[in-house]
Amino acid sequence: MRWLIGGAVVVGGVLVARRLLGGSGRSDEHWQQGPARRRGPQWHVATVNRPASDVAPGGRLPEPLAGLGDAVEVQLRPAAGDRGTEIAVRLRDGARLPVATAARRVTGRDPEQAIRAALRESKQLIETSEVLHPDYPPTTEPTPMNKPLRMATQQGRREGRL
Amino acid sequence: MKALVWEGANELAVRQVPDPQMRNEQDIIVRVRRTVTCGSDLHLLGGYIPFMERGDVLGHEFLGDVVEVGPQVRKHKVGDRVVVCSFVSCGKCWYCQHQQFSLCDNGNTNPMITENVWGAAPGGCYGYSHALGGFAGSHAEYIRVPYADQGAFTVPDEVPRRRVGHQTERGQALVAVGAEPA
Repeated sequence: MRWLIGGAVVVGGVLVARRLLGGSGRSDEHWQQGPARRRGPQWHVATVNRPASDVAPGGRLPEPLAGLGDAVEVQLRPAAGDRGTEIAVRLRDGARLPVATAARRVTGRDPEQAIRAALRESKQLIETSEVLHPDYPPTTEPTPMNKPLRMATQQGRREGRL
Repeated sequence: MKALVWEGANELAVRQVPDPQMRNEQDIIVRVRRTVTCGSDLHLLGGYIPFMERGDVLGHEFLGDVVEVGPQVRKHKVGDRVVVCSFVSCGKCWYCQHQQFSLCDNGNTNPMITENVWGAAPGGCYGYSHALGGFAGSHAEYIRVPYADQGAFTVPDEVPRRRVGHQTERGQALVAVGAEPA
């Protein structure tokens, strides 16, 4: 059984690593563009279950997005299926080589990741009025087996849901 | 506090773990009085869901007494007896508003894991691995309950504790009152 779990952890680690090194775009974009090409700025979109007037009252964006300042371009539009409002955000100068993006992600300084985190936090603030925090202090302990999972969790809390 | 923790595939132990803390203003802390083992816990126990860490507390169906209340909680007060839905759901997102609580957009603090592995992220769930938020489970003396106004339900005083069962269907808590467990 241990080898089975070990194998599953390794596969999970590879999947997460592929995601991290491949950037936040969909995998078929790599097929179309080739992995080494410079990519243009990518739109990141979150759907918020509120009308646009609640998303940006008086034109003011929620703090996590407002904190990104002029570095990003933001669009609001009605979501399909009467699901509220889509917030779309992209870097104004986002064209980078994938290898540069991967390096930034590994070091935690990826601006695309900052956008995704800001979108996720904004959605939570608008819908629930707070950002949900994980349990603390943890009941778990680090082991060689769960190291990949801990890395994935660390990344997963910074983004996701987009 | 004492808790039943996962130590590895088919390995459980009762250990001392840190008490839960209030992390959000809509949290409550519940002293667990009844907690049951679900058939789905076997998936975790056997190691078939590879997102467990040594020391994770199991259990997601429980009843207990409220011992601490966050400032934004409106429906509960200290001393209330509550039964809690297994899934951590906000009650405000599109899925929750359509009673699909297990798909809550905001209840999972680790959404990226399941987005990559399953294609989409469900809500969070107590004691059900880090893929579903990594929330500590109810096989413990105390448990933190986020979004308490949404997920915790007061059990009337006239219902004896031992006559309250728990079941979860599609993320909704069902409280069975009547038959006493053997």
